[in-house]
Amino acid sequence: MFDWPLLLKNLPLLLDSLLVTLEISVAALAFGFVIGVIVGSLRLSPLPLLRRLGGAYIFVFRGIPLLVQLLFIYYFLPRIGLPNVSPMVAAVIGLSLAAGAYIAEIMRGGFLAIPGGQLEAAGLLGLSSGQMLVRIRVPQAVRLTLPALVNEMILLIKASSLVSVVGLADLTRTAQNIAASDYMFVQDYLMLAGFYCLINIPLAFLGGQLERHLKERTA
Amino acid sequence: MIFDSSIITDHLGDIGEGFMVTLGTWSAGVALGLLLGLLIAVAQLFGNRLVRAPLRVFIEMIRSTPFLVQLFLVYYGGPSFGLNLDPIPAGILGLGIYGSVYFAEIFRTGFESVARGQLEAADCLGISRLQCIMRIQIPQMLVIILPALVNLVTILCKETAVLSIITIPELTMVLTGIGSETFAFVETLLVLCIGYLLLVEACSRLGMLLEVRVGRFMQKQPR
Repeated sequence: MFDWPLLLKNLPLLLDSLLVTLEISVAALAFGFVIGVIVGSLRLSPLPLLRRLGGAYIFVFRGIPLLVQLLFIYYFLPRIGLPNVSPMVAAVIGLSLAAGAYIAEIMRGGFLAIPGGQLEAAGLLGLSSGQMLVRIRVPQAVRLTLPALVNEMILLIKASSLVSVVGLADLTRTAQNIAASDYMFVQDYLMLAGFYCLINIPLAFLGGQLERHLKERTA
Repeated sequence: MIFDSSIITDHLGDIGEGFMVTLGTWSAGVALGLLLGLLIAVAQLFGNRLVRAPLRVFIEMIRSTPFLVQLFLVYYGGPSFGLNLDPIPAGILGLGIYGSVYFAEIFRTGFESVARGQLEAADCLGISRLQCIMRIQIPQMLVIILPALVNLVTILCKETAVLSIITIPELTMVLTGIGSETFAFVETLLVLCIGYLLLVEACSRLGMLLEVRVGRFMQKQPR
């Protein structure tokens, strides 16, 4: 069933595209984190209007399938005068916007877990709310939500398999191209699945360890 | 950018059909996923090591690979195993398999949430294991796991958009098809977005109603 020489021949191609998948996932996690911190803080804002705004962002970007969001970006960016956005940038924008909505919910949970006394103390010490966010709230929230963020990374790596709709040759697209030329669907797609397992299973293990570590420390 | 609604009204019939395909594949996929998930959870909890070890591998594989890749394996790889499926059955099977491991995880936590003492009591009363699962464990755990189930069902609703890639004529495929015919991408994609938002919102509202209904016996009980 397996044609090993052929698999080996395709290996470098897949390894190259694995790099693309990892790059866009990491970039989307980073940008998504920034969006998530902003939207998460909006959700906890004392102003109802800002809370609504944060809620609307999460509702829209979590309610629409990622594939549709990516299609939207692909067709929408040229309409607003950005005709030559590279597929890589379009993919990262799409993934980041979606990741931002999920990370916002994670960060909201993290922010809520920080004792209120700390913020009062910081206020008395004259820290601005921006300083409080960057120096006190975000670092602690990240530590508390690290397992969830690792999980988000896994979700992003999986979600990035859809970026071929904006014309980017990621891992999945490359395997598709290989399969279309050699017709060895089972071995090519099993190989593809293996690649994803190779990244995600260790990540899941790491997330589990972090979670256990966190539980022991807070218990 | 002016919204040209005639593009939508002209193709209302096609859009309706696509919507039905989305609903159909979604509900069939959910039903299959629930069934497989329950089987996996029961096998994991009550099976011996010979059953559990391969299941563990299967679960890890499904959880760490994208849904799209699984679909490719079922649809394009299936014929190599004598599984010659049309797009729609292949899509339903793929969705069911993908959902099953997550459903199983939810069921497993549900089963574990029912106090052990109740199972021992049931055993003492001579209630069979199957009866115990059906009559004692499932009704109680349903209350606990319903929010997670509803959440997963809405996630699966969004995953049906991916089925368009294996040429299933569901909502996404139909509307992007109309888009490339008429070049009215923004109109069609906006309708598509609103369609999914409505579906997801309806699903979570329905879930909330169901939570009240299923949890009713909890409120009636004197404490």
